[in-house]
Amino acid sequence: MIRLLACGALATVQDRGRLGALRWGVGTAGAMDTLALAGGNLLVGNPDDAAGIEIQVPPFEIRFEVATTFAVTGADCALMLDGVPILPWTGARARAGAVLRLARRASPQAWGARSYLCVSGGIDVPVVLGSRATQLRGAIGGHQGRSLQAGDELPLGSPDLSPPVAGTGLVPPVVALPLAVDGLPALRVLPAAEYECYRPVSRAAFWGEPWRVTPQSDRYGFRLSGPTLTPLEPLELRSHGIVPGTIQVPHGGQPIVQMCDAQPSGGYPKIGTVIEADLWRLAQAPIGARIRFIETDWDGALAARDALDGWLSAARRALSYLRARSTA
Amino acid sequence: MNRPIPLPPHAEAPDLAPCISLLGTTALLFEAPGETCLETQARIWSLAREADTWPEVREAVPGVNNLLVTWREPPRRLEAITGRLAAAWKAAPPLALAGRTVELPVVYGGEGGPHMADVVAHTGLSPDEIAEIHAAPLYPVYALGSHPGYCYLGGMDPRIATPRRKVPVLRIPGGAVSIGGAQTGVSASPGPSGWNTIGSTDMIFFDAARTPPALLQPGDSLRFRIAGVVR
Repeated sequence: MIRLLACGALATVQDRGRLGALRWGVGTAGAMDTLALAGGNLLVGNPDDAAGIEIQVPPFEIRFEVATTFAVTGADCALMLDGVPILPWTGARARAGAVLRLARRASPQAWGARSYLCVSGGIDVPVVLGSRATQLRGAIGGHQGRSLQAGDELPLGSPDLSPPVAGTGLVPPVVALPLAVDGLPALRVLPAAEYECYRPVSRAAFWGEPWRVTPQSDRYGFRLSGPTLTPLEPLELRSHGIVPGTIQVPHGGQPIVQMCDAQPSGGYPKIGTVIEADLWRLAQAPIGARIRFIETDWDGALAARDALDGWLSAARRALSYLRARSTA
Repeated sequence: MNRPIPLPPHAEAPDLAPCISLLGTTALLFEAPGETCLETQARIWSLAREADTWPEVREAVPGVNNLLVTWREPPRRLEAITGRLAAAWKAAPPLALAGRTVELPVVYGGEGGPHMADVVAHTGLSPDEIAEIHAAPLYPVYALGSHPGYCYLGGMDPRIATPRRKVPVLRIPGGAVSIGGAQTGVSASPGPSGWNTIGSTDMIFFDAARTPPALLQPGDSLRFRIAGVVR
């Protein structure tokens, strides 16, 4: 069990998402940066579907009630285990009673917006409709269907694998798989159904101009500000399914990228979709950040997926080698 | 590969051809041609049932005269599956779902219907007339979406159609009965909405512990009963 001693707003239990419940109107929820969650699970010897804690706002402080292995991945942050600094993206051993504190890192190089705590065995909240992910609307899954708060006690599952050697780290994907245009983080986009319905000048601006992540951005959606996107004529659509990454353009002409807690259906026109393989990059763009969009096609989007799979496979191989080597 | 994905040449004439587009590598959107109607929806249900059996498909989820198809693993070649969808659509008979009818008592107006006055102002009808017109039809459930347990309904009388609110309301309660444009629906849980809330009901539409978790499914029908009109 772990006990939360301090907890900023909007920390939630998340796994890779609730896949397969759209037919009941239930969205995916799940980690915004699924790659960071997957990396953290690898570092502590967890299966892919184990749940961790998504931390959006420091401070965050917990006490391990049992000795275990853990890792904090995702955004760069300042980590102290019993007052001793440790590194993110690195497996570490905690004794029973140890206190882990996560704070913002005061450095211009600090990267990211969301951190993930993975603990050996996973956060063992009940599986609801196939997932442990917290879906706030409808209060489904996670810890009592809500954000975490100080005083909460979270059960841990039993680990399948002995965790890899403590002190083993991964090169974060932001370093291993960089993507930028004119020095700004970039996201690849597949044009969607209404792309051709926008004025040529709007389409050119969509690809050519930077977009700012506004303060009205959260797990539901990222509202961007930039040039106004104008359709050739007003568009009225029937309600239809959408997915995380879908870029809707409401009547004001400022796009909203739907994220993990978005409604699973909508009616606004869609200019494109941030590809699945780049959603983690957007998830880690803080409020106020500027980003760029890059047009891609089906083959390009699949190649980007393959690159992520490649990074995960290499990490998995390296960690299983170290595990085998250390227990031999 | 962009925008509406071009369909193979054997597809129907352009005005009768469905539109297939990408939602990244997560899903495809299949949109039926023509005016929104129940017969087309019944063919969408049929297509959903068919596509749900394909191994690469995680879920085939009806929308309003359209279908979302999500992947277990995105196919390497898109043309094969878009061609298959188009062919399956051509062959799809309307699927008559033997749905249940659920009756929903609604208190119209008052505290539970804070925007009744806006619908009155827009339509020129009285709250009693609005309640009567709203409670008259049997509403078919076209699809589920928006939030857990929420139903997209067909069949509202256009006389009470009222535009969505200019400024969405940050939180309307679960059970809120509302009108947005030519559509009506009932919120299954509290949340933001741009629709006009004209009444309220106590029905529980979603319970994750129940199997299935949603009270209603496509093909079911909803009838509103006037439990009261607060003037």
